[in-house]
Amino acid sequence: MDFLNTHLLSLILFLPTIAALIMLFLPSGETKLLRWFAFSASLIPFALTLVLWSNFDPDMTGFQFQEQYMWYEAIHSTLHLGVDGISISMVLLTTLLTPLAILASFSITDRVKPYMMLFLFLETGMLGVFMALDLLIFFVFWEIGLIPMYFLINQWGSANKDYASMKFMMYTMGGSLGLLLAVQMLGVLFGTYDLVALYERWNSLDPGSILLGLPVHTVKTIAFWAFTIAFAVKVPIWPFHTWLPDAHTEAPTAGSMILAGVLLKLGAYGFLRLVLPFYPLEAKIFAGALALLATAAIVFGAFGSFGQTDFKRLVAYSSVNHMGFVVLGIAAAGLAAGTADAHIAMNGAVLQMFNHGLSAAGMFFLVGVIYERTHTRNLEEFGGLFPLVPVYGGILIFMSMASLGLPGLNGFVSEFLVVRGAYPVLKIYTVVSMLGLLFTGAYILKGIAKVLHGPMNEYWARGEHKLTEINTREILVVVPLMILILIIGIWPAWILEVINKAVVALF
Amino acid sequence: MNFPILSIITFLPFVAAVVMLMIPADRKTEVRGVALATAAIDLLLSGWLYLQYLLGGMTGYQFIETYNWLPALGISLKFGVDGMSAPLVLLTGIVMFTGVLISWGDYDEKHHVSAGIQDRPREFFAFLFLLAGGVFGVFVSLDLFMLFFFYEIAVFPMYLLIAIWGWIKTREYAAMKLTLYLFIGSVVSLAGVLVMYWTQYQNTGVLSFDMLQMESAGFSSTFQYIWFLPVFLGFAVLGGIWPFHNWSPDGHVAAPTAVSMFHAGVLMKLGAFAALRVGVMLLPEGAKQWSWLIMALASIAVVYGAYIAFVQPDLKYMIGFSSVSHMGLVMLGISTLNQTGLTGAGVQMFSHGVMTALFFAITGMIYDRSHTRQIPELGGMGKIMPFAMIGFIIGGLVSMGMPGFSGFIAEFPIFMGVWGRQWLVAVFASISIIITAAYIMINIRKVFFSPLPENLQGHVGDITVLDKVAIVALCFFMIVIGLFPSVMVPMVETGVENIMRLLGGA
Repeated sequence: MDFLNTHLLSLILFLPTIAALIMLFLPSGETKLLRWFAFSASLIPFALTLVLWSNFDPDMTGFQFQEQYMWYEAIHSTLHLGVDGISISMVLLTTLLTPLAILASFSITDRVKPYMMLFLFLETGMLGVFMALDLLIFFVFWEIGLIPMYFLINQWGSANKDYASMKFMMYTMGGSLGLLLAVQMLGVLFGTYDLVALYERWNSLDPGSILLGLPVHTVKTIAFWAFTIAFAVKVPIWPFHTWLPDAHTEAPTAGSMILAGVLLKLGAYGFLRLVLPFYPLEAKIFAGALALLATAAIVFGAFGSFGQTDFKRLVAYSSVNHMGFVVLGIAAAGLAAGTADAHIAMNGAVLQMFNHGLSAAGMFFLVGVIYERTHTRNLEEFGGLFPLVPVYGGILIFMSMASLGLPGLNGFVSEFLVVRGAYPVLKIYTVVSMLGLLFTGAYILKGIAKVLHGPMNEYWARGEHKLTEINTREILVVVPLMILILIIGIWPAWILEVINKAVVALF
Repeated sequence: MNFPILSIITFLPFVAAVVMLMIPADRKTEVRGVALATAAIDLLLSGWLYLQYLLGGMTGYQFIETYNWLPALGISLKFGVDGMSAPLVLLTGIVMFTGVLISWGDYDEKHHVSAGIQDRPREFFAFLFLLAGGVFGVFVSLDLFMLFFFYEIAVFPMYLLIAIWGWIKTREYAAMKLTLYLFIGSVVSLAGVLVMYWTQYQNTGVLSFDMLQMESAGFSSTFQYIWFLPVFLGFAVLGGIWPFHNWSPDGHVAAPTAVSMFHAGVLMKLGAFAALRVGVMLLPEGAKQWSWLIMALASIAVVYGAYIAFVQPDLKYMIGFSSVSHMGLVMLGISTLNQTGLTGAGVQMFSHGVMTALFFAITGMIYDRSHTRQIPELGGMGKIMPFAMIGFIIGGLVSMGMPGFSGFIAEFPIFMGVWGRQWLVAVFASISIIITAAYIMINIRKVFFSPLPENLQGHVGDITVLDKVAIVALCFFMIVIGLFPSVMVPMVETGVENIMRLLGGA
């Protein structure tokens, strides 16, 4: 038991990789075995995360469950892991969504073994980012996660997968280039990559001194934008978002679930863990610019979504729209750092990350369910399907309402907090994004109306095309999401408590 | 008297070459058996040497052996390895072993395809081993004359290997170009080395080619300023430094697979290693004064090589130019003259050696079966040879500097070293990361995942078991170093400390 307690984070982090390596030796023909193995293997990190959550003490400031191992001695980088209230909620999200995504992938029949292995590798990559307390380790996992996702899109995606996967790769790598250089610079300047040490030393630099032949504030401004662009691409913030609709649309269903559910959060998490603590001053100066981009993402994301005829693209643009609120909250928190408004906005942003993870994963899954049956995502070819698939219809409406921000479901809580926190400091942007929220309602209702209501497309009613109801496995995927959505909507305190303490301590 | 492990490693390939030449030419299996056994022994010995050095926590020059050769002129056969050269000895062992494996020669009955070396394997392996012995000799020599001696021994068989077993369309041109470039480069270096030898005699009254002695020969800074460039660049030609790189891709393309592996994997390291050992370590003042120029040339090589690789339609040219880019990183690391940069350069030499050997091995496997290297004409290899595909992807990730693989471990300190000197160069050179990622991903997709062209259907079969062993062996090193940098980096650091001492502290 002692070993478990002291190595909890590294167990959660590396168990998926170990499972993937074990899978290497399983026969590739036994698809059933491979699926169940991957699924049960991904449940272990989830169970351990529950242990982690129950042992987590929200009242303690700083990072908990810390572990530190020497990794790259020559450049003073250690495998330093630890979680606080923000990262533990992201870890929970990741370990929860991975088994669900794997369960959702049971319908994959083509090369099951590499597919499942890539998923498990991906889980390690994502978890590593959330747990890292070392800048280099953060970057390592940040980049590692790209590779499995690239191959998942490139190998198991739909028609335009080559273009989409390449675009995903190039955008993210290109965006990370500035991050890479800034990370190197920090390492050279301070001789350590440990985040806690870096926070202190980077912020205690004399503002008047000269670094690399430039004044400190210039260096910091450049480094701020290097970090910001890397994370802005991943979130994604308008105008860096164009990879997202392509990648989401072409990815296999479970890939989209993880992409929208967790990968986008990596970018937002980067803002929280690195940008705000490293650049409090710059975050204040450029909060307006960030808020402008966030508002643009909210409004244009909603418009973009409304204009789609492809169901999956509609959901993809909705991610741009929803992640805009996260960034708006971050911008507000940067501007008003230290005040109650900042804490409210930041609470909202973190909760919005969690909530969007649940609802976006659910939405993409539901799109996948209908796509698997009809082999089309074109909204014009659906219509009036509610009587054919009443259970599916009900779930879809529930999920859509969560996405729309219906009070009583989770999206409302977090978006309200963001708007409440941002309004006093960023009035105009908040008002404009509220107007954007109207269009959120519009595109979601449009999606429901086109699929479920209106005159029934008789093509799906009979014969071999007859639309079948959502099956038990698929319900099992979506029910945990629905339960959490409802719980957070009605009683958000259990998670906000954990998030809030960390937020207050940090910002 | 200790066990003379370095002499055995170095001379074993020469002995094996003679033994093979005495076997009748038609007994190909015996020849191959001798080759493989020799390569395996050399790999084991060099691995044992490496582990001894690493686990023994050794520093400085170890396993020193000295034999008089020509005492009147101060020439002795002096061998020894330090933290910089021990990984390169291991690298040579790996490339030699895998090179023999993939050259084994195999006839696929079902697809009527022959792979590996079918034509005169006896002579092929004999020349290849001469080359390997020469390479080992350079890495372990502590005597400047011997270093040169082995250097020339290594270059000479390249000509024959390329001209006889090479790609028929360009082999004569490429072999000639390569030989001329390298000989001109080495003549320039030789002139510098002889001047160093005589100047040392004038300064100290000692006639000696011993490099350890030459470290304290007291060359004046004017002398170093004048002679650093010829010596460094003369060797660096073999390291493929821009703008003297263009023999290299031609040579790669024309060479048979195992020779390309040697050429890119080990021979180019020879140039960088000799430039470091003789240029930087013996003329440290000159190095300091000229490092800006080396840095400029290297950063151009890094970006230019990547860009040219990006536009190549020929798989082998693509890898050839990517080698120019990656060797540019080695040179960039050397030019920083600081602890992190040099450490990165040392690791990059090993990492790139293994990676490019893997690339050329897989390219050779594909070419042997499909008879084309034109990327647009290839496709669908992923289904036919999944093992080769995984190897190529891993190599590609190393090439991109993806964390978790050895390329990242090597490139990151190089860039950190450059930050310590001139941050603009780091920013400029980082462009290559994106270009590399782009061409690697595009080519992986085209060669392995696009549909199999019709003219290749039914003619292309899977790779052999020996090929798979070679791929696993090469991938093993890249992953282990990537995950656990401490298996190599501390060792390289001890070598770098010695260089830093000569450069006058950190």
